[in-house]
Amino acid sequence: MPVPQSELKRTPLYSTHCKLGAKMVDFGGWDMPVEYSGIVGEHRAVRERVGLFDVSHMGEIEVSGPQALELVQHVTTNDASKLADGRAQYSGLLYEHGGFVDDIIVHKVGHHSYFICVNASNQDKDFLHILREARNERFDAMVADMSSEYSQLAIQGPMATAVLQTLTANEVAPVKRYHFLDGKVSGAAARIARTGYTGEDGWEIYVDPAEAQRLWDEILAAGAEFGILPCGLGARNTLRMESAMALYGHEIHASITPFEAGLDWIVKLNKGSFLGREALVKQKERGVTRKLAGFEVQGRGIARDGYEIFVNGVGAGWVTSGGPAPTLNKNIGMCLLPAVEAEPGRTIEIMVRGRPVEAVTVPLPFYKRG
Amino acid sequence: MYPENYRYTKEHEWVHVEGGVATVGITDHAQKELGDIVYVELPKVGASVEQGKSFAVVESVKAASEIFAPIAGEVLEVNEALTGAPETLNADPHGKGWIARIKLSAPAEMAALLSPADYQTFLGAE
Repeated sequence: MPVPQSELKRTPLYSTHCKLGAKMVDFGGWDMPVEYSGIVGEHRAVRERVGLFDVSHMGEIEVSGPQALELVQHVTTNDASKLADGRAQYSGLLYEHGGFVDDIIVHKVGHHSYFICVNASNQDKDFLHILREARNERFDAMVADMSSEYSQLAIQGPMATAVLQTLTANEVAPVKRYHFLDGKVSGAAARIARTGYTGEDGWEIYVDPAEAQRLWDEILAAGAEFGILPCGLGARNTLRMESAMALYGHEIHASITPFEAGLDWIVKLNKGSFLGREALVKQKERGVTRKLAGFEVQGRGIARDGYEIFVNGVGAGWVTSGGPAPTLNKNIGMCLLPAVEAEPGRTIEIMVRGRPVEAVTVPLPFYKRG
Repeated sequence: MYPENYRYTKEHEWVHVEGGVATVGITDHAQKELGDIVYVELPKVGASVEQGKSFAVVESVKAASEIFAPIAGEVLEVNEALTGAPETLNADPHGKGWIARIKLSAPAEMAALLSPADYQTFLGAE
């Protein structure tokens, strides 16, 4: 049900987006910019140069205390014991039956201290889920929803590091992918993580919401010589889709497991027990019956999220995310198919407004940066 | 911006009638709302269309949108050039971005359409 405009949440940059002429949309209860100058141009800016995103709607949950690691290990699929201070990992929060509560990034801040970035629409659910598990399993750990304490700006693209470096005394070039440091950007205390959701090099910067406006302006000013563009959630979606990164509610949700979503690499069955492990072990023994696949549309038409898929005239699955791929100049998408049909090179038919349009399954990702 | 001799709908289509034939398209406001247009599904020549019923589809990067026929009639001609260059709908929505030419079957329907002034008032209130 659409939330009335007046009840939508706003990031500290709301009025800036309006002034920049952004089209605003309801995204998970937040009034967010979907595009400024145009999705295709913003998408290209990130692939070729650099783009700036306001992703302050994202949630942040902190887990701390003597058994913080045990709690994180219990609720996530990846192996957080492998994280050194200043390192981050992509991971899954699962239900006992193996479906996703959310996909998350776990940052190890220090001894007994973890910082988890979660999806905006799942923030309350994730927090309560982790808190409940902490209580049920009697972990000696604190769980805090810190979402209102952080704004998040993402600088993404091949020039992102150069732009960031002009604004910080911290040397950022040596920071590796999925590493982060706590430093300063334009004089504001910031958690500076080399992560992103675009398939390009880039940074996600967590700051005090009171600093978000100034930082936004300074990043745009510093990026001007590099051709930076403010980018909205529209480009964020086409960028992540080309890179085959999962979107909660599409590729992953409560009734999809990591193995079905092709996220085997974030599941460490040998790390010890965790929520959902037993269901995943069973699924692995039996083998998955359906799997995420990529496709390229061959015929005329654009496959959109939710469109039905037929194989040899029989209903076989649905499109999880689909649309035009600006970098590739093709119409692409991801879909859930019976495991036997999910191999690359299969011909499938996607129902576009009642008309079957031919597509062929292809390996993921569609785009990988050079 | 909105030609004086065109008529408009609240669904953001325009009509320009000359000698019983209506050229139809989407308004500048519509193309701005849609964003980068990447695909157009045109009606078939010879098809009958009804006022207010879907007769074409325009897709932007983010979504597919149905276009409603602003008046009833028979499709005489479609703008095939849009198939290869859908971005024309962004660049020149009231001119080269026309979608179809329709032979009016119920000219009285024109009375229900908005003048440029009324359409712009409507946009202001929307």
